[in-house]
Amino acid sequence: MSLTPLHAIFALMSLFTVGGAVGVVLNRNLIYAAMYLVLSLFGIAGLFILLEAPFLAAVQILVYVGAISVLITITVMVTRCVFCKEPPPRQLTLVAVMAALVMVTLGFVIMTRFGGLTPAADVPADSIEQLGVAFVNPQAYLVPFEVASILLLGALIGAIFIARDDLPRDEEAVGGDDHA
Amino acid sequence: MPDLFTVIDDWLVSLLTGWGASGLILDIILSLIGSLVVVGYLLTLALFIIWFERKVVARIQDRIGPNRVGPWGLFQNVADVLKLMTKEIVIPSGADLIPFLLAPVIATATVLMLWAVLPFTRNAIGTDVSIGVLYLAAVSSLGFMSILMAGWSSNNKYALLGAFRAVAMLVSYEVPLILMLLIPVLLTGSMRINAIVEAQSIWYVFSMPLAALIFYIANHAEVARSPFDLLEAESEIVAGYHIEYSGMAFATFYLAEFLHAFTISALTATLFLGGWRGPFVDQVPTLGIVYFFIKSFAVYFVNVWARGTLPRLRIDQIMDFCWKLLVPVSLLLLVLTVIADKTALQFFSGYSVGGTAIEMLPRSAVLFGVNLLVAGIAVVSLAQQGRRDREADLYPETAVD
Repeated sequence: MSLTPLHAIFALMSLFTVGGAVGVVLNRNLIYAAMYLVLSLFGIAGLFILLEAPFLAAVQILVYVGAISVLITITVMVTRCVFCKEPPPRQLTLVAVMAALVMVTLGFVIMTRFGGLTPAADVPADSIEQLGVAFVNPQAYLVPFEVASILLLGALIGAIFIARDDLPRDEEAVGGDDHA
Repeated sequence: MPDLFTVIDDWLVSLLTGWGASGLILDIILSLIGSLVVVGYLLTLALFIIWFERKVVARIQDRIGPNRVGPWGLFQNVADVLKLMTKEIVIPSGADLIPFLLAPVIATATVLMLWAVLPFTRNAIGTDVSIGVLYLAAVSSLGFMSILMAGWSSNNKYALLGAFRAVAMLVSYEVPLILMLLIPVLLTGSMRINAIVEAQSIWYVFSMPLAALIFYIANHAEVARSPFDLLEAESEIVAGYHIEYSGMAFATFYLAEFLHAFTISALTATLFLGGWRGPFVDQVPTLGIVYFFIKSFAVYFVNVWARGTLPRLRIDQIMDFCWKLLVPVSLLLLVLTVIADKTALQFFSGYSVGGTAIEMLPRSAVLFGVNLLVAGIAVVSLAQQGRRDREADLYPETAVD
């Protein structure tokens, strides 16, 4: 098998993904860690494109880079201890061993249960249409899709309920501009 | 008559094949040339966009605007760029150097990336990906990160406050924006941008005026221009996230802002005003680029007009406007559009979802009716709410909240 430009792109995207992940774990500056996370998620989106799954790539960027990373970054920025010089964690060896164990287990499961590495099959040209139809097809993914939607709706309502300030300090605060 | 862009493409392909390029290498070289041409063109166009905006705003404010350098002051921005290039980039003490310098680059890059899927003519499109509209939504959400990076790395409380406000506003307006992005996708049945343009034998702005309006307002907020420019509200937070930027670093942010404003105009023109469609475009495809830019500049003029006329809103007003008006109206419009379109398709024999302008007429009329209905509901509920507010002010003891 000869090297093609695709291999170079794959190597670059893997570097982004793995390097970003390493940066997240090892960086003591939380803001930098959040930015490395963006880089890592970007790499995953690139890998999706290489696998000819552009829909997943776009959703990956829209959801993870555009929304979740922003949320994480803002959360980090308003935490009290962004600039604290914490000592490096002491359980680093233990964590590394655990991570290696998880990776070995995952690799073992993939190689044994799912038949190991297989060459990529041809992706149909209308994969987006097929995905769309599968989402509303009762024989395919209609039920999981709807369950996920309801779960998200529940999370949304729950978040509003928690964030809502329901304890009025005095009567004045209630009457003010709350005409919703 | 052959399309100018196809001719250039054929010539380049034959030239590069003559030089021994083939397959993937040829594709990569062609994509590189294409993106360099488009980016170079847009960066040059930005000078003209800024001139256009300064002239129009000046006329709105009863001034003349730039008029010294070149004819009608056309080269004023060239002089400005040269000046900015010679200025020192001041890096504040305690700034986070890498994010500080990376932020303006990311801001410009995300705007330029949007142009990868916008068709200039039928054949001149960077890449007609099957997820075009989703790509637009994904890429435009990347801009938040650059604002956050700039605000954070400047080591300045106004910059950070400005960045927080900006992201809060932009994330909120993303909701009606994406809901209204769905409308052209639903009506066309494809996320491919060129397919959306092809399907507009009647422009979607005529069949879905309310959707176009909400899309335009949300986009206007996304570029944070007056009346939505609270992230650079001078009286409150000095200049917002780019307060510490100077020289070329500031110029890059400035460029990104103006290019973004023009890009959303081009987007509106493509998704709702028929993009490159126009008379004789089937015979002479190259004409499409002329129509595309005429439409884009027409939308951009409205953008500048709003900017020159409307005062800035407060942050609570902006959030109220988005969450209590735009989001409910967009949701209602989306649902009613789907129901009306599918019902009409089921029960009327003359109802066609594609084809020429005449064949599309019944569908456009139905959709226009839906838009009128939703607009009516929105106006009536606004009026009732206004009355309740006034009554609560007049008779506070009887007010029922």
